[in-house]
Amino acid sequence: MSVEALYSEKVMDHFTNPRNVGKMEDPDGVGTVGNPVCGDVMKLYIKVKDNRIDDAKFQTFGCGAAIATSSMVTELVKGKTLEEAVGLSNKEVAEALDGLPPVKMHCSMLAEDALKSAIEDYRKKIVSSEQ
Amino acid sequence: MKIYLDYNATTPVREEVLELMFDIYRGDAANPSSIHFLGRQARKFVDEGREKVAAAIGAEPSEIVFTGGGTEADNMAIQGTAFALREEGNHIITQATEHHAVLNTCEFLEKHGFKVTYLPVDGEGLVDPAEVEKAIGAETILITIMTANNETGVIQPIEEIGEITRSRKVVFHTDAIQALGKIPFSVNDLKVDLLSLSAHKVYGPKGVGALYIRKGTRLRPLAYGGHHEGGKRPGTENVAGIAGFGLACELAAQELVESAAHLSILRDRLCGQISENISRVKLNGSPRLRLPNTLNLSFEFIEGEGILLGLEMKGIATASGSACTSGTLAPSHVLSAMGVPAALAQGSIRFSLGRENTVEDIDYTAKALVPIIQRLRDLSPFSEEDIN
Repeated sequence: MSVEALYSEKVMDHFTNPRNVGKMEDPDGVGTVGNPVCGDVMKLYIKVKDNRIDDAKFQTFGCGAAIATSSMVTELVKGKTLEEAVGLSNKEVAEALDGLPPVKMHCSMLAEDALKSAIEDYRKKIVSSEQ
Repeated sequence: MKIYLDYNATTPVREEVLELMFDIYRGDAANPSSIHFLGRQARKFVDEGREKVAAAIGAEPSEIVFTGGGTEADNMAIQGTAFALREEGNHIITQATEHHAVLNTCEFLEKHGFKVTYLPVDGEGLVDPAEVEKAIGAETILITIMTANNETGVIQPIEEIGEITRSRKVVFHTDAIQALGKIPFSVNDLKVDLLSLSAHKVYGPKGVGALYIRKGTRLRPLAYGGHHEGGKRPGTENVAGIAGFGLACELAAQELVESAAHLSILRDRLCGQISENISRVKLNGSPRLRLPNTLNLSFEFIEGEGILLGLEMKGIATASGSACTSGTLAPSHVLSAMGVPAALAQGSIRFSLGRENTVEDIDYTAKALVPIIQRLRDLSPFSEEDIN
């Protein structure tokens, strides 16, 4: 007897073999969002070169969906311009994973927020170094 | 490999029970209320079920009312007492780690003018009987405190509380659903007036429960209809379910001592192996006053659903107190009430063992857990460095 899977194969793939895991040395931007009280914390690191995201890494405390969306967002943003990356929505992340259960959509919000927060951090640093 | 470590959620129906129920379903259809010979046969199955359930808890058969499950039994006890004794008072005492069948029923009653005191528990999950006594006032009509907790297995001092409620003449209900078949108890030792039971936690069928109602205890029914169950719970009896519940209780009582010893050995073996091989693990709940089959552990720096998924991929079925597995945003109310920090509650796993578990299952599970925990910790933004 087979039962319906909790998550899509893609989610399970990214949960089991997450891409771009770990702390980044000398990141250009870092975004930390979420709260352990609510069960999700995501830390996203980016390196920026010529206005493009050159590298991205993550560390996540959270459920399977939170880990998979973290992994997927790091994959999706690599090579994108900052403008493109800021426009990346949680829906696009979820779609890239072949969907998430409705109760887990907030996990993809976390990934979107972490990315925006990392880019904002980078932009602040640029502004303050220019001053 | 398939290992079931979620017996507190439900248990498989045991063979003997299944056979009896099959025989009843395959036999002649009849209503126990019919007076013909087939009706009398059906009545006999119900009567025998009632005798066996009563015997398992030291009650009289006439004090057992069958329900559609444990939740209904809790509702019948709490709502039934509240509405029957409304003229005498409007205060109910319960405690923070009760099952939602109790907590949400109390919340419902609050909306209908009753006042409810939710007593706190200590770090081990225990209620202080002195606090119960202090909370009793002139308006108190009911005290409801569970015998054993489903998440942590923590066993409350029901006998001591029973002494108090008896001397203060307040009706005392206990939800003994998790305790049945795991620890010995009787309604007279516990000094309770009402006690809830469920069949599917003792290798019986789902959809059958019982409420013990001590002779002379007033209760308003939840539903109205025929004369079944003394008018307290109308509706044609679930004949096969009741018979199956009775047999499951009888077998559980016969095997209790041996089963408790076996399960506590396995449980402690699992706990021992995990704490030997994994750092930063915490036991939730009293190590001493605990059901023999339950182990609730928090793994620091990680979230429970990830652990659960990892175990599932190894064929192991467990439960977690994390928000992600409960369908809410808050972690387990039981662990939170015990003062377990939210992040640790999110990283909790409940292993609840049962009669089909073997030493091999335990060793396999403990071994499988090591790389799962390590991998999730490697992914986590939190680590020992943050704390030290």
